[in-house]
Amino acid sequence: MHPAFSVIFLTTLIGVAQGLFLALYTGQLYSVVNVLPVQDSHSFYGLGSLLALVFLSGGLIASFFHLGRPERAWRSATQWRTSWLSREVVVLPAFMGLTALYGLIHYFDLNPVLFKFSGVFVVDLSLLVGAVNTLLAFTLFFCTGMIYACIKFLQEWATPLTVVNYMLLGSASGFSLATAFAAYVGSELVTFYGAWAIIITLAAFVTRSASLLRNARIKYKSSLRSAIGIRHAQIEQKSRGFMAGSFNTREYFHGASAQSYRVVKWLFLLLVFPLPVVLISIGLGSGVFVILALAFAVQYLGLLAERWFFFAQANHPQNLYYQTV
Amino acid sequence: MKQLALVIDLNVCVGCHACVTSCKEWNTSGNAGFMSDMNPYDADPTGTFFNRVQTFEIGAYPGTETVHFPKSCLHCEDPPCVPVCPTGASYKRKEDGIVLVDYDKCIGCKYCSWACPYGARELDENQKVMKKCTLCVDRIYDESLPEAERKPACVLACPTSARLFGDVNEPNSVVSVAIRENGGYQLMPEWGTNPANHYLPRRRTQITIHEDELIRVDNPLKKERQLPMPDPDEQTLDDITSW
Repeated sequence: MHPAFSVIFLTTLIGVAQGLFLALYTGQLYSVVNVLPVQDSHSFYGLGSLLALVFLSGGLIASFFHLGRPERAWRSATQWRTSWLSREVVVLPAFMGLTALYGLIHYFDLNPVLFKFSGVFVVDLSLLVGAVNTLLAFTLFFCTGMIYACIKFLQEWATPLTVVNYMLLGSASGFSLATAFAAYVGSELVTFYGAWAIIITLAAFVTRSASLLRNARIKYKSSLRSAIGIRHAQIEQKSRGFMAGSFNTREYFHGASAQSYRVVKWLFLLLVFPLPVVLISIGLGSGVFVILALAFAVQYLGLLAERWFFFAQANHPQNLYYQTV
Repeated sequence: MKQLALVIDLNVCVGCHACVTSCKEWNTSGNAGFMSDMNPYDADPTGTFFNRVQTFEIGAYPGTETVHFPKSCLHCEDPPCVPVCPTGASYKRKEDGIVLVDYDKCIGCKYCSWACPYGARELDENQKVMKKCTLCVDRIYDESLPEAERKPACVLACPTSARLFGDVNEPNSVVSVAIRENGGYQLMPEWGTNPANHYLPRRRTQITIHEDELIRVDNPLKKERQLPMPDPDEQTLDDITSW
C-alpha cells in the first residue's frame, strides 16, 4: 500500500495522546489508593490533558488531509454499525471531548466527591470521567487497529497483532511523553512513568517483532492463477491495459526502492525501541528534562517510520493485475 | 433475488479495447459527472476508467496462449467494499444487485478501494470521489432506448460478443446458461466475495470428422452396386448431372 502521510500522522498523534491520557489517569488512580503522591490539579492533570488535546487536534487535522471531500466528513459517523472507520470517527471526538472535560474538571477544581469507597478511597467526578475516558482510549485503539486488521486479504494486517501493536506503540509513546512532561512540571511521577514507558516499549518490541516475523513468512492466498482464474503454472502479464498511471498504480504500491524500504525498517526498529529505552534510562538517572524530551522525540520519529513501513509492507492482491506496463 | 452481472468469454475476447473506450465514452457523458483525465496530452497522464483490458501470456514458448482479460467491478454478491464505507455512499442495490457509489455522499477516504481485492475502484482526481463500474445503470432501465440497446455500453460495443449481460440468479437467463454450460468461474474465490460477474474459460474449439463422413455413403447409386465400394474419386450422379 502507498503510505499516506495524513494517516501516518493521524494514527501516531492520537496514539501519543491516548497513551498520555492513560498515563495521567493511571497516576491519578494510583494516588487514590495512596500508592503514589497526589499531583497538582492545575499544573499536572490540567496541563497534561491540554497536551493530550493538542496531539489529538493535530491528528484530527491530519485526518482531514486524507479526505477528497473533507466538507462532508460529518457523514462518516453514520455507518458505525458496519464500518470500523466510522466507529473510529465516532469514538475520536468522544475521547477528545472527555479528555477536555477531564482537564477542565481538574483545572477549575470542579471536582465534587461522589462517594467514598470503604471510607478511605475518595471517588470524585474526575475519577469517574477518567474511567469512562480510559474505556474510550482503549476503544479508540481497538477501532484504529481494526480498520486495518479487518481487511482479510491484506494479509500483513489481518492479524490480532495489528490491534495489539497499535495499543502498545501508542501507549509506549504516550508514557514517554508523560515522563518528559512529569520532568518538565517537576512531578515525582517521573520514575513511575519512565519505568512504565520502558516496560511498554519492550512489550511493544516483542509484539511488533512478532508481526514482522509473521509477515516475513506469510503465504499469499491469492496468485495470478486465482486472479484471472487460469490454472496454469506459468502465467506472465504482457499488458496492464494502459501505459499512463492510474489510481491502481499509485494507491497500492509504496514506490520506494528495496533499499530505502529496508533502511526504514531498521530505522524504526532502532528509533522506536532501543534508543528511547536507553535515553529514558539515562534521563531517569540524571533527571534531566531535555534527555527525556529527546527520548520522546526520537520515539515519535521512529513511530512515523514504523507507520510508513506498516503501510508499505501490506501487499494488496490487486497488485497482481498491475505487474507490467 | 435479481443479480445483474456480466459474463465475459475469454475464449472469444480478442483484446480490442472497444469495451474500454465505449465505457469511457458513455459514462463520461453521463449525468453522474465525467470521468476525469488529468494531463491527457502532457507528461504523466492519468485518468479514471471503469473497465480495462489486460493481456496475459500462458505457458512456455512455443506452446503459449495469449489471453485478453477485461477487468471491471464484479458486483460481488457479498461485496467487502460496502460495509467498510463510513458514510454509506457505497451500497448494493437490493432490486438488482448492482454495487454503486453515491457521489454526493462519498468523502473520498479511499477505504473502500483498500477493501476491494480486485482493485475495481478508482478515485476521480477531479471530483475527489470514488468511482466504479455502474453496469450502466443509467442506460439499462432507460425506456426511451430501444429494448435491444438497454444493455451496458461495453456489451453493445463488443465486436465478438465476448460480453454477455443478464441476471445470474435467474436459472434460464443467457448468462446463467453460459456459466452452466461453459464452466463459468469467479475471480479470487478464496476471499468469499462471491462475485456476480463470471468469466468463461478458454475452450478447445474442434470438431471430430470421421472418414466415412467425407464420402457420400448415402449415394443410392453406389449403394446398389456390388461390394466392394467404388473408388471415392469415381464420379457420382451429383458430379455429372445438373439437378
